Amino acid sequence: MNSAFIINFARFFLLLFAQIIIFNNIDLFGYVNPYPYILFIILYPVNGNKPMLILLSFLLGITMDLFSNSGGVHAASCLILAYSRPYIFKFSFGLSYEYQTVRINDVLTPERFSFLLLAVTVHHFSLFILEVFQLTSLWDILLRTIVGTLFTLLICIVIIYIFKPSRR
Amino acid sequence: MQQIFNFIFKNSSRLLFLLLLLVSLVLTIQSHSFHKSKVISSANFLSGGVYERINRISEYLNLQTQNEILAIENARLKSLLFNIKDSTLVPKIDSINGVDKVNIIVSKVIHNSYNVYENYITINSGEKEGVKSDMGVINSAGIIGIVDRTSQNYATIVSILNRKSQINAKIKKTNHFGSLIWDGKSTGFVQLIDVPRLAAIRKGDTIVTGGQSVIFPENINIGTIDKIFIDNQTNYYTLNVKLFNDMTNLGHVYIIKSKNREEIINLEKETKNE
Repeated sequence: MNSAFIINFARFFLLLFAQIIIFNNIDLFGYVNPYPYILFIILYPVNGNKPMLILLSFLLGITMDLFSNSGGVHAASCLILAYSRPYIFKFSFGLSYEYQTVRINDVLTPERFSFLLLAVTVHHFSLFILEVFQLTSLWDILLRTIVGTLFTLLICIVIIYIFKPSRR
Repeated sequence: MQQIFNFIFKNSSRLLFLLLLLVSLVLTIQSHSFHKSKVISSANFLSGGVYERINRISEYLNLQTQNEILAIENARLKSLLFNIKDSTLVPKIDSINGVDKVNIIVSKVIHNSYNVYENYITINSGEKEGVKSDMGVINSAGIIGIVDRTSQNYATIVSILNRKSQINAKIKKTNHFGSLIWDGKSTGFVQLIDVPRLAAIRKGDTIVTGGQSVIFPENINIGTIDKIFIDNQTNYYTLNVKLFNDMTNLGHVYIIKSKNREEIINLEKETKNE
């Protein structure tokens, strides 16, 4: 329990810091920022404590909001991602995912890729709906979601490959 | 009783999710509503401190352009000073009564956002320096925004690149008033709406702040007219205004502290109550 706890703790703060210091300042095409801080929610142990994950996601999101003056936008979308995570697992890895040892931070397989893609899309879509907050600019929401998702996905995969735990 | 506890225990993660989602949605809706400052803002010691540290490093990369901007402004002020009619007089900003109406607090932008619809800027002076909410913020090129929330050492500014911002502005040549808003499309352009059709305007005319607001002094530069749209239903123009300021690159800013502001507001309130 202890090593997993420390890894999660470190991940929480490192991803948050990297997000605020580096990734929030990228501004690709003037409006696209990647949000790889959600890797914390994605990489949280599959059989970990669920209420804990929800609470931590809220803290993660509200800290992001604190830094970006956005009300509760990040908190809400992080919560939605954390809550829908088991369903995405079920979709990507099949019904029996809880009995397998599913690892996300490993070599990219189609299952893992589909999980990442779905998780990032869920988060970004809810994020941009809440951030733009008017349905007349639906195209803008969709455009931001698509471009942002691709960008975040790329950064997430790179980060996973860099910090991939060495095998044996 | 037992069953209630069982229910809560069994669904703890779902209940926690719904509770926290409700909290964050309330915060979100509150942040989108007009005339309501947000509960969660970056004017606090944590994010303010982090942004100040980051800014201390990134400032160096920007030093040359900031120096150039300051040098250009110095040159402009010097030329004003040397061309004044009586050089023994200290120039007053408003000399009608021989008393100046505004004080200026100098400050530095430590965080600037421009990629969402509701953009905020964080600066490194707060209540200690006398910054209060609803003060105007400008730099040498033109207006930047209005102070929103303050803490001891930091303050957040509603940028003019914010859908919630609405500033009284006028056309310099003809003195026709309008409201300055932002449509969220480009960081270089804002929109001036509700300009009467009587106004004789041309592309390239200068837009400045109007005298109707108590936040900004009159005649502070905003931008030039880039495109003119005519609304057929109402008798008003909508103008696309190209900003003088590069809102993506801000350094030092000036906060305008109007001395007569409270007096004007109180007087207007009393008049309304009668």
